[in-house]
Amino acid sequence: MTDTPKMSARNVDVYYGAKQAIDDVSIDIDTGHVTAFIGPSGCGKSTFLRSLNRMNDTIPIARVTGEIDLDGEDISRMDPVQLRARVGMVFQKPNPFPKSIYENVAYGPRIHGVAAGKAEMDEIVEKSLSRAGLWEEVRDRLSDAGTALSGGQQQRLCIARAIAVSPEVILMDEPCSALDPIATARIEELIDELKERYAIVIVTHSMQQAARVSQKTAFFHLGKMVEYGDTSDLFTNPQQERTKDYITGRYG
Amino acid sequence: MTFVLILLVALGLVGWFVARGRARLMYTGRGSLAATPNYHGWHMALWTIVPALAAWGVWLSIEPGLIENAVLQDPAAAQLPESPMERATVLGEARNLANNPDAGFFNPLSVQLAEPMREAQTRYDIYGAIVVLLFGFIGGAYAYTRIKAAFPARTRVERGVMLVLLVASLVAILTTFGIVASLVYETGLFFAEVSPIDFLLGTHWSPANATGPDMGDSFGAIPLFWGTLYIGAVIAMIVAIPLGLMSAIYLTQYADLRVRKWLKPALEILAGVPTVVYGYFAALTVAPMIRDLAASAGYQNPSTESALAAGLVMGVMIIPFVSSMADDSIAAVPQSMRDGSLAMGATQSETIKKVLIPAALPGIVAGVMLAISRAIGETMIVVMAAGAAANLSVDPLESMTTVTYQIVQLLTGDQEFDSAKTLSAFALGLVLFVVTLILNIIALRVVKRFREAYE
Repeated sequence: MTDTPKMSARNVDVYYGAKQAIDDVSIDIDTGHVTAFIGPSGCGKSTFLRSLNRMNDTIPIARVTGEIDLDGEDISRMDPVQLRARVGMVFQKPNPFPKSIYENVAYGPRIHGVAAGKAEMDEIVEKSLSRAGLWEEVRDRLSDAGTALSGGQQQRLCIARAIAVSPEVILMDEPCSALDPIATARIEELIDELKERYAIVIVTHSMQQAARVSQKTAFFHLGKMVEYGDTSDLFTNPQQERTKDYITGRYG
Repeated sequence: MTFVLILLVALGLVGWFVARGRARLMYTGRGSLAATPNYHGWHMALWTIVPALAAWGVWLSIEPGLIENAVLQDPAAAQLPESPMERATVLGEARNLANNPDAGFFNPLSVQLAEPMREAQTRYDIYGAIVVLLFGFIGGAYAYTRIKAAFPARTRVERGVMLVLLVASLVAILTTFGIVASLVYETGLFFAEVSPIDFLLGTHWSPANATGPDMGDSFGAIPLFWGTLYIGAVIAMIVAIPLGLMSAIYLTQYADLRVRKWLKPALEILAGVPTVVYGYFAALTVAPMIRDLAASAGYQNPSTESALAAGLVMGVMIIPFVSSMADDSIAAVPQSMRDGSLAMGATQSETIKKVLIPAALPGIVAGVMLAISRAIGETMIVVMAAGAAANLSVDPLESMTTVTYQIVQLLTGDQEFDSAKTLSAFALGLVLFVVTLILNIIALRVVKRFREAYE
């Protein structure tokens, strides 16, 4: 591993029209562990996450300033299509496409022209579904609609879909907020396995979830990053008064 | 009679104030009345006006009969001719003269009858007014006796309002049933003279020459069905589907808000242009242009009226239908679907082609079906630009005719209403009705299933 972090953000501001949603955030994100963004609703954690793969570009009034680097390269100069192939994303609500399970996973490899033929595509689909812990459940019904799966399975399908293009970073925007506790536990186990290969950033409402799955935690409040450190330190020995108030449940 | 109506409304208003005032007097504290005084007012106003209006409706339907009976009592009526039709003509003239002394007449007897007619009309109008006002008073008096602290005037008024709404919706439905019933009846008369097989499968259409036992041969409607489908479902759709779909994609996916704000209403204005204007445009601009083009391309004797001209203009007319249905169904695809695709590194056009259009397809198909059902029922454009010749041809430059055009032809001008020629118009109308009904039902089902998929 080199000294350059996988992703680094420097002095990032995000504006929605005239409203400033993110104020001067700087952070480094590394492969090999999970980084959690926590904070009350509307604090800007999801907004910041979406600027890491330039999804804010799709909102006409959003404007991002400052510098975000992927492997030392400024992402604002990269082709967003290439960037998003390297920085994948899983959303709050499972959003499988209205296609078969197979086609959902093959979607990314197909548009990026990764697979040389049917055999190779089959292999990518199987590998991605296995890594997302879904292969055993769906191997016999790959041609069923992705939308026919249960909520937790749909979310794992979305993770498999993201993995299929071999990203380096996976961004997860509250991936368990629409799931029941059992499905949540499955996803959390999965995140733990995936962190070996990918840099994972997870936005979550639940402090318990951040404590369970992450090694690094950043606390956001009112568009600012208040505190960033090892998860164990941040929860046991917060340096900032506001962090302490939040994790002890005084607000949020 | 207008005066009576004004009087009735005034009576209702008085009833409203009286009932409200009386209910107020009963108010002794919180919870002492089952309904607010205003509801007592409405209860009385409704009882005053609605039964009286119903009575007026009944009176209007029986009054002419009463007047006629009175007129027939007049000694001059003894000279009336025996034939019912001639009698009706004379009485009609007398009625016109009674209302307007300067009206023209053919039979001098009607002048003699005009005076008794006028006298009877005045008399029965007064009787009618009395009956109507009597109903108003009785209804109001009944409601007045019900004003008690415990009387649930609110539920009664709301039930009354619900009934009024029900009647309003029944009017439209019953009218539709009436139209269908008359279509079916007249079509039955037609099929008594011409076999349905000749009509539906025959290829020769010339009702003007239809006589004798073999007249079924002149009522073969296949060329009409073909012309209708070729112009409305083929040529018009070749124009409307790609243009409508592309404009919907541009408007929902690429246009920025300012452009969309202007372009979408502008497109919808197309749907508000009267079809007769499209007709002019087709007949005076597009059709000659196509004829000249065809002539310069070496086509022998191109006709001014062509299926192509009518179809092209109809296609333009249909664009807003396809576009707005496609626009709605693309916009109904959840944003998360679009985000998911973009986050995979798909470009915007890949997202549109591979995710949005497939997801919106049922809605788009439904839009196309509604557009077809509108196109095949369209009349003015084909009347002005498509022609009258019942040709069975695939050459779009040839003149063709459609079901709607033939209905216009068969029913305009002086016609006997019992000849097979005229009756065939009803059979054509029924076929058109059934086809558009089926298309609409399929479209509505598809849209419904599509909505369920996302809710």
